[in-house]
Amino acid sequence: MPAAPASRTPGPADLTLHELRDRLRAGTCSPSEALEDLLARIERRNPALNVYLGCEPERLRGELDRQWRDHPGGRLRGVPITVKSNICVAGEPVSCASRILEGFRPPYDATVIERLRAEGAVIVPRANMDEFAFGSSTENSAFGAARNPRSPALDRVPGGSSGGSAAAVAADVAIAALGSDTGGSIRQPAAFCGVVGLKPTYGRVSRYGLVAFASSLDQIGPLTKDARDAAVLLSVIAGHDERDSTSAPTAVPDYERELDGDIAGMRIGIPALPEAEGGLHADVRTAVDEAVGVLRGLGMKTEAVGLPRLDKSVATYYVVATAEASSNLARYDGVQFGLRRAGPSVLEMSVNTRTEGFGAEAKRRILLGTYVLSQGYYDAYYLQAMKVRTLIRRDFEDAFRRCDVIVMPTAPTPAFRFGEKLHDPLQMYLSDVFTIAANLAGVPALSVCCGTSRAEGLPIGLQLIGRPFEEGRLLRVARAFEDATDWPARRRAFAQAETPR
Amino acid sequence: MSVITPDILKQVAMLARLRVEGQASAELSGQLGTILDYVRQLQQVPTAGVEPTSHVLSLSNVLREDRRRPSLDPKAVTAIAPVAHQSFVAVPKVIDA
Amino acid sequence: MTLEPVVGLEVHLQFSTDTKLFCGCPTAFGAPPNSQTCPVCLGLPGALPVLNARAFAWGIKVALAFGCELARIMKFDRKQYFYPDLPKNYQISQYDQPLAQHGHLDVEVGGEPRRIRIRRIHLEEDAGKLLHEASPTETYVDFNRAGIPLLEIVSEPDVRSAEEAYEYLTELKTTVGYLGVSTCNMEEGSLRCDTNVSLRPAGREELGVKVEIKNLNSFRAVKLALEYEEARQRQCLERGERIVQDTRLWDAKRQVTEPMRSKEEAADYRYFPEPDLVPFVIEPAMVEAAGGQLPELPAARRRRFCEAYGLSEYDARVLTQTWALGRLFEDAVRGANAPPKPVANWIMGDFLAYLNAKQAPLESIKLPGEWFGHLVQLIEDGTISGKMAKEVFVQMLEREVDPNTLVAEGGLRQVVDTAELDALAARVIAAHPGAADEYAKGKLTALMYLVGQGMKQSQGTANPTQLTEALRRRLGGSA
Repeated sequence: MPAAPASRTPGPADLTLHELRDRLRAGTCSPSEALEDLLARIERRNPALNVYLGCEPERLRGELDRQWRDHPGGRLRGVPITVKSNICVAGEPVSCASRILEGFRPPYDATVIERLRAEGAVIVPRANMDEFAFGSSTENSAFGAARNPRSPALDRVPGGSSGGSAAAVAADVAIAALGSDTGGSIRQPAAFCGVVGLKPTYGRVSRYGLVAFASSLDQIGPLTKDARDAAVLLSVIAGHDERDSTSAPTAVPDYERELDGDIAGMRIGIPALPEAEGGLHADVRTAVDEAVGVLRGLGMKTEAVGLPRLDKSVATYYVVATAEASSNLARYDGVQFGLRRAGPSVLEMSVNTRTEGFGAEAKRRILLGTYVLSQGYYDAYYLQAMKVRTLIRRDFEDAFRRCDVIVMPTAPTPAFRFGEKLHDPLQMYLSDVFTIAANLAGVPALSVCCGTSRAEGLPIGLQLIGRPFEEGRLLRVARAFEDATDWPARRRAFAQAETPR
Repeated sequence: MSVITPDILKQVAMLARLRVEGQASAELSGQLGTILDYVRQLQQVPTAGVEPTSHVLSLSNVLREDRRRPSLDPKAVTAIAPVAHQSFVAVPKVIDA
Repeated sequence: MTLEPVVGLEVHLQFSTDTKLFCGCPTAFGAPPNSQTCPVCLGLPGALPVLNARAFAWGIKVALAFGCELARIMKFDRKQYFYPDLPKNYQISQYDQPLAQHGHLDVEVGGEPRRIRIRRIHLEEDAGKLLHEASPTETYVDFNRAGIPLLEIVSEPDVRSAEEAYEYLTELKTTVGYLGVSTCNMEEGSLRCDTNVSLRPAGREELGVKVEIKNLNSFRAVKLALEYEEARQRQCLERGERIVQDTRLWDAKRQVTEPMRSKEEAADYRYFPEPDLVPFVIEPAMVEAAGGQLPELPAARRRRFCEAYGLSEYDARVLTQTWALGRLFEDAVRGANAPPKPVANWIMGDFLAYLNAKQAPLESIKLPGEWFGHLVQLIEDGTISGKMAKEVFVQMLEREVDPNTLVAEGGLRQVVDTAELDALAARVIAAHPGAADEYAKGKLTALMYLVGQGMKQSQGTANPTQLTEALRRRLGGSA
């Protein structure tokens, strides 16, 4: 670990969600103490980190008073939860880090927001992200990238697209956060920032109010300081929603209660990894191998499993996801909400609005998606990709006959530098090679910190992938791993060291 | 030479209501061409007899009762509209019927 | 070489469900602008659709009424195009797995039965409404209509004349009316029709170049537009010109079809399966339930009315134009055991005229059909005169009282008692000695005058024929 300057005074914002919740319940910490500490951190650190696109302390104080008063029995009473800028919070700016939604305030709450509020939580919105969730670094944000607090020089990306959420949690500028994951957008930033990130089973969490990127792949999930926090948060947001036709009717277990069971005897599946562009970073390979060793030490068994079409996942994803995205983004045309750039006709108004309002990556994906759906290309691209998707799903089903949890690195490298991958979009896409398949198959996956790079001390993430609706198992394995390795404490120590700019 | 020629790019851009001009057009053609070259490897994957996946969950017949839910106040609609006229959303004159 | 017109018809029906197809907003017509919208039908970021169960069930009902094969599994697709009345810039519709296919509608044209096949029926959401006339520089958008359930019914190009198209639409509307799923009102937009027509040498299989016609606001407009367009195409071909595949608008004022001003770009709708909606399995239980709700359909009912009641085809057609009217007729005949033809005449004549004069819909009349039968029965057995009956009829409708009751209470019973009539005749003669003298001198009109006076005095209750007899007897003398 790099030498740290003298720590700053610890405060409630250093706590995990479950620690804060317990203290608030016990009365050993007051809700306004916790919020004020958090607000002070945000004020102090956000200029350098740019993890929030805005903050309204007065409004948050008002909300805390109301929430504390109105939800005496709430599971998250008085707890501030940070929310990515693509989740609708009524009356708040929800920009998706795009100019085309600058100033847009939705007149309604996403279902996850309703559920959080019903448990007494305080919503801290506007966590930075890649525009419309297109990206793996937040460099595509129209309002500047967020910075990875784990790099002393603040010259590394936090990952994306939920980079703001992940970085905020890593830096104790958030207690816990929600992000969204379509191809790895929760897990990869979790890995880069050294926090826990969980993508639930498709359909586990309602998508109502999540600004859609790829409807058949998107899921909202927690980004937290440890596995227990993820369990607590998931318990609140998960569950059937009658407003989302793709919401699973499956019952929600008490994930926190399920955390403390034994993992001995569970089988880990280790697949052959697809070739990563630029290769798998040596430290990543070492850290993941060591992590598997730890899991074996805890009584888990290992099996080699095959995921033969894993190497087709990026190609499949970039057809399916861009096709759906191009359609989901058609509504941004300046007519009934969002940015409008004038034009003499509706056609020109729409073209002006979209050309000016969308960033380069958004335009690339829209064009790609439009192309693969257009006349003459549908069968060769989209239909074919949907079929390969079926094969990838089957690969997971086959693998899960022989193991209970599949283990892989989350990302092929630790956090890269700003600008490093911007020259070639395909390079950026290929960095998602290990995360994408779980979205295509709809299975749950999480990333937990399992090491740091030797040279720079940048976090490395271990990815655990499970069967549909077995989030409980994944969280249990993650918790056991944390207990055995103490990475959450190391995260805290680093955050408290609060490297200056 | 990219499979996305400037002409094709122009057509696709119009379908997507985007304007792509000059240098940006050449750059985009190249980038999209590279990406398409990459994704075209999918065509090598044997998929005879494989059903396409539109939905990963095997849900069907998700329905709702024909029952009223609260609607938005017209003021809420005009509040988010870029240009409104009374309770209408206003756009440049459409020439048609 | 004779050229025959080949016509296809596309009908869109709005379902009169309480709520929209994918959200819980109301569907009522004529509400203040943008007062019936929500994040879903406005296409706001993050909103998601959920299918209306009743719209689904009604779709199945309509498909069954038209003899269609229902899909085993139906799904929705996105039809993508940009237009300001389309909130998401795609319409949730159905492409390759629609609700139903391969149905038919039987019509009669010039006494000849013709079967028009129905290619497909599918569900989709309606778009918002654009107002162009209110401003010179702007178009106003009202999203109340966006998301209302539509059922699209596409025919095969089996129609062979404008007349036939008219019959098809009329029968379609009547049939849908029987199912109670739509107000079928072209003025309100709950029924819309587009048509297409091409010409080909009679007997050939290949289709000619198709021209679509839009902006048709009535069935009559459809007929006129098809007649015009057929003639236009004939003239083109006779001049040696080729028909341009196009979309034309019907100009109701000038009674011509015109090419659209804005060139519609060759539409690439980029259909793909709607990822926000799961597939829908149409199970046998659903089909049975819907089938069980089917009423006797117009064609079958017309036949039965002719056979059971000896009605003419014309009468049967009028009486079955709506399900409720036919029901009224049957209740009148069966309930009161009244003769069918007079009942039919009363309903087709006085009753429909009454409704028309009051601009009242049939639904506003809550009386049992039996009462109409009672009225006719009272005339048939001479209890009241035909003239009296008209009075009783109005009273029945306005006061909502059984005619039997009205007649009993109001002393409206026709006076047929000989002694009473005799006494009346005596009074009248005494009151008008002059007329009596005239009659004695041979002036027959004087008798008519006296009859008139007698009717007045009895407030119309005297039976005129018998009163005339009574006066003659009193006055004595020649017939």
